[in-house]
Amino acid sequence: MKSPRLHVKTSIFLVLMIIFGPLGDVLLSRAMKRIGAVSSFRPGALAATFVHVFASPAIWLGIGSLSLFFVAYLLVLSWADYSYVQPVSAIGYGVVAVLGYFFLGDAVSGLRWLGVALICIGVFLVGRTPHNTREQA
Amino acid sequence: MHVALALGVIVVCGTIGEMSVSQAMKSIGEVHDFSPRGLARVMRGAFSLGWMWAGLSLMAISFFALLALLSWRSVSFVVPATALGYAAGAVGGHYVLGERVSAMRWLGVALVCAGVTLVLMG
Repeated sequence: MKSPRLHVKTSIFLVLMIIFGPLGDVLLSRAMKRIGAVSSFRPGALAATFVHVFASPAIWLGIGSLSLFFVAYLLVLSWADYSYVQPVSAIGYGVVAVLGYFFLGDAVSGLRWLGVALICIGVFLVGRTPHNTREQA
Repeated sequence: MHVALALGVIVVCGTIGEMSVSQAMKSIGEVHDFSPRGLARVMRGAFSLGWMWAGLSLMAISFFALLALLSWRSVSFVVPATALGYAAGAVGGHYVLGERVSAMRWLGVALVCAGVTLVLMG
C-alpha cells in the first residue's frame, strides 16, 4: 500500500475480477450441465463432447467473461502479491450470494450467509496487509 | 479414484499455474499505461514469456480436470479443491514467490478457506 493511487488502481481491477469471474463461472456451469456428464474418455466420444461444448453460445459468453477476468487478473498481478490477490478475489462468492438473494430470489441458507460473513472478514484482514511485499523485502 | 485424482490435479496444477503466471507478470513489472495500445504491448510481452505459457498450460490442465469433475459429481465435490487452493496459494506465495505472508494475511486466508467451504456446502 505505497500510495492511495495504487490502492484505488488495485481496487478497480479486483472489482473487475469479482464481476467477470463469477459471471463466467455461472455461464460455463449452466452450459456444461445442459451438455451432460462426460461419460467416456475414448477419443471419438471426447471429440463429440468438444464439438458440443464449443457449439454452445453460453460457453463462448462464459469464455469471453473469463477472458476479461483474466486480463484484469494479469494486470493486478503485475504489481500486487499473488497471496493478496487470490484470497481477496474470494469476495466473489459473497457477491454471487447477495445478487442471487436480491435479484434472482434465490434461497440462501444460514450456513451460506455464515460462509459469506467469514469470507468478508477474511478479505478485510487480507486487504489490510500491504499489496506488494516483495519490493519491501 | 477418478475423483481424488481430479481433485489433486485441480489443486496442484491450478496453484502452480497461477504462481507461474504471477511470476511472469512480476517480471513485466507494474503496468501504468492502460490505453489500448499500452495494454496490447503488455499482453504481447506477457505472452512471450515461458513462465506465462507454463502457467497457462498448468491452469488449462486444472480447468479440464474441474470440468470433468463437475460433470461426474455435484458442486459440493469441488469444495475441498477450492478451499485447499486458497491455502496452497498462501503457502506457495510465501515459500516459493518470496512474498511476506504476515500473521494477519494467514488469518485472513484461513477465514476465506472456512468461508468458501461453508458457502459451497450451504
